[in-house]
Amino acid sequence: MLPLPPATFHILMALTDEDRHGYAIIQDVMVRTEGELRLSAGTLYRSIQRMLEQGLVVEARTRPAPALDDQRRRYYSITAFGIAVARAEMRRLTQLVRLARARGLTPETI
Amino acid sequence: MRFYRALLHLYPVSFRSEYGDELVAAFAARHANARGAGALLAMFAAAIADVVPNAAAEHADILRQDLRYTLRALRNAPAFAITAVLVVALGVGANTAAFSVADFALIRPLPFFQPGQLVKVWERTPSYGNLEFSPGNFRDLQAAAKSFSALGAYSGTAVNLVGSGEPMRVESATVTANLLPLIGVQPQFGRLFTAADTVDGQTVILSNTLWQTHFGADENILGKRLTLDGKPYTVIGVMPPSFGFPARTVALWTTMAFATADFDDRGNNYLKVVGRLAPGVTVERALGEANLVAAQAERQFPKVNEHIRATVYKLSDEGSERSRLLLVALCGATLCILLLACANLASLLLARASSREREIALRAALGAGRERLVRQVVTESLVLALMGGIAGVVVAVVSVPALARLVPDSLPVAQLPSVDLRVLFFAAATIALTGLGFGIVPALRAGRANAMQALRDGARAGGGRKQHTRSALVAVEVMASVVLLVSSGLLVRAMLRIQAVDPGFQSSGVLTARTALPLPKYDDPRVREQFFNHVLSGVRALPGVTSAAYASFLPMAMGGGIWPVIIDGRNLSRNGSDKASLRFATPQYFATLRIPLLRGRDVAETDDAAHVYTAVVSQSFATRYFPSQDAIGQRFQIGLHERTIVGIVGDVRVRGLEKESEPQVYVPTQQVDVGSLVFYTPKDLVIRSTAPTAALLPELRRIVREADPQQPISDIRTMDQVVAGETAPRLAQLRVLGMLAIVALLLAGVGIHGLLSFTVSRRTQEIGVRMALGAESGEIVRMVLREALTLTTLGVVPGIALGYAAGRAMQALLAGIRPADPLTLATAVGLCAAATLIGCARPALRASRVDPIAALRAE
Repeated sequence: MLPLPPATFHILMALTDEDRHGYAIIQDVMVRTEGELRLSAGTLYRSIQRMLEQGLVVEARTRPAPALDDQRRRYYSITAFGIAVARAEMRRLTQLVRLARARGLTPETI
Repeated sequence: MRFYRALLHLYPVSFRSEYGDELVAAFAARHANARGAGALLAMFAAAIADVVPNAAAEHADILRQDLRYTLRALRNAPAFAITAVLVVALGVGANTAAFSVADFALIRPLPFFQPGQLVKVWERTPSYGNLEFSPGNFRDLQAAAKSFSALGAYSGTAVNLVGSGEPMRVESATVTANLLPLIGVQPQFGRLFTAADTVDGQTVILSNTLWQTHFGADENILGKRLTLDGKPYTVIGVMPPSFGFPARTVALWTTMAFATADFDDRGNNYLKVVGRLAPGVTVERALGEANLVAAQAERQFPKVNEHIRATVYKLSDEGSERSRLLLVALCGATLCILLLACANLASLLLARASSREREIALRAALGAGRERLVRQVVTESLVLALMGGIAGVVVAVVSVPALARLVPDSLPVAQLPSVDLRVLFFAAATIALTGLGFGIVPALRAGRANAMQALRDGARAGGGRKQHTRSALVAVEVMASVVLLVSSGLLVRAMLRIQAVDPGFQSSGVLTARTALPLPKYDDPRVREQFFNHVLSGVRALPGVTSAAYASFLPMAMGGGIWPVIIDGRNLSRNGSDKASLRFATPQYFATLRIPLLRGRDVAETDDAAHVYTAVVSQSFATRYFPSQDAIGQRFQIGLHERTIVGIVGDVRVRGLEKESEPQVYVPTQQVDVGSLVFYTPKDLVIRSTAPTAALLPELRRIVREADPQQPISDIRTMDQVVAGETAPRLAQLRVLGMLAIVALLLAGVGIHGLLSFTVSRRTQEIGVRMALGAESGEIVRMVLREALTLTTLGVVPGIALGYAAGRAMQALLAGIRPADPLTLATAVGLCAAATLIGCARPALRASRVDPIAALRAE
């Protein structure tokens, strides 16, 4: 499954702290990346569709408090497997960065 | 908002129904935040940029899934897959091949300018429907008829070409200067004839083939000189490769000119006439006017033009009725195959759908939407059609050249048919639609029906209505194969009957070759005689040669050369029926062809101009003209001289095995006037020998070269080949039809087998119950056989009726075999019954071996 597509990784990140519905995921990603990454709705739901098949996320069973709930919306939560995959991707990326540093590469330009 | 919802329709249904609302909600949220027209516009643009690629990717994903699923499913059912692909391949391939050829010969317009306006015009007499025009009558028609914007004439002939290399015999056409422009063709380079070319008549236009093969595609050919029949000609043009008029085989064109004397002899019919109808004029009106002109000519020249009228038909209708019928029959046969292929595919898919009912119900129960199920089935059908279609192209490409042999040589086009892509597409589309139709219905039903019920019914469900449909399909298959069996059976019988006809001579061991002597060099029969004597004495001296002779024409190779017979002033008009087929021959002609000499003697070396003019006649001539007396010694007039009968020989099938021939008259080669009857000048050499052709040929070339170094040899073939040529088109058609019939029988067998195995497996429990209740296995077998027999009967009865109708339609091809020929019908029914029996053997056996305990336990 690795490397994860960036959109998938971001969606997993968005769901680690709480269950969210689709538009909330888009907004979360946008806020966290300071507007760098704007997921389009189509990309989001195609990713979610695949992630559901792969078992990375599920539709949330518990819904938020009725006052906050929007009946039309579906909420997604990350699975244990989803967390494991996100961790594995992190390890892969960290390892990659470490290797690059060992060669003397730095992100900063001189 | 509405715009966005509409946009979402680009997504597959499954995706839209799952996430459509979510997408709309997300869009609505952003919409609510957007301020100003610019922001709104940007949003819409972003929405389009988002939806279009994602929707396409989603469709591709589903397609990939379906393809993977389909390939896996087909791999798991290889028998089904292979059968289906083969069925489709045969249907598509055979159809494409047959239609390509038929379309080429029957439907496609000729490669000329406005070909619908081009007509062929003939003189018509009570005994000949299509008689060539005489120059006088042609000139009258040209002058009087207003229905034609132009009328041109041509005459096919063959000339000895001496240009570069070996002298060569080529087919040519002499044409009036207006003929090629009238047809509406342009030369590839150079120019066409103008009226000025007819003055000295020494210009020639080459066919593309001749230019390529004989002149090495020399681009500087214009203005070059070559010699035709000893006369010099200048090349003025080369035609494009697609042009071949009046036939594919014509290699060059020269002009024809008429002397005043030519117009006087209205009995000299040799002009074939092509006209272009004036705008708005119908064939009927042109015919009416041509008849009026002919009637006028009859009043003017009552004797020679007696009873002469006209025939007019479209140029595209040329080509013999028989080759037309051959092609129509072929098309009918392939339609049968297409029908069979569709029926079989439908049956296969229905069976597959029934056996997958549970699987589909299961998938539906697990949440697969109807749209996804239908989409899956469509993919599967299309994959089958595609695979079959590819195999079908292979079948078509392989079989078109074989079928092309059925195209008549007389068609005025130079190219041969190739595989027609439109036809291929048509056949593939038919198959794909069949596949879709019969594939989708079960899927739709599965999507709609109560899935639980299908699951509960388990393996017992037979699907009564579907079963009826399949039975009907099998009956149709049986019917189509019976039609094909009857048609090809009738043709086999006709073929056998024709092959059994005695030609009147023995073809085996005879080699023939043609040395057409050019005129006027050989106008004098005494000069010709020197040539004949030199060649014949040389050939007769060769080892292995028992006899050799020259004659005007070979039997079957040339059926014409008919001359009126005049006896004691019983002078009949040239339209009467007293005619004989006239041949000039040297001694040994009868011995060489083993035509039996019944009485009297052969023509002799001494039968020259100084002696009594003699003739040898055939048996039928003697009994017809001298029924009550001895024909030997009788006198009659033929070929411009009165002749005395000196011998009687057996009759020969001059016109071929399938036609009635006129009585034959053979006269000595020396007894003809200088420059007269040039058409009959002997050109065909026949040699009876035990030596192989390969050993004879170099010797023959040497001998002819010694006699005349400029003289080419052409048409080298054995007499066996000449006779085989008679039945070759028939044989080709028979092979095709026979092959199709076998395919049909096979398909019908497969269909019956498939249906019965399926029913038996579906009825295992029922059979088990029957056996548990005491039914013998013999009874069970009888039950299955009864079903097979019912299906066969349902197909055979209309099949026989249709086969009879097909036989009536092609009666002209049947050489007198009746369409209701009992032997053929019985054989067809027998073969069909055999195929049924073989097809149901395995299912019946399986039914008889059902273990009642096991069957009931499964319940």
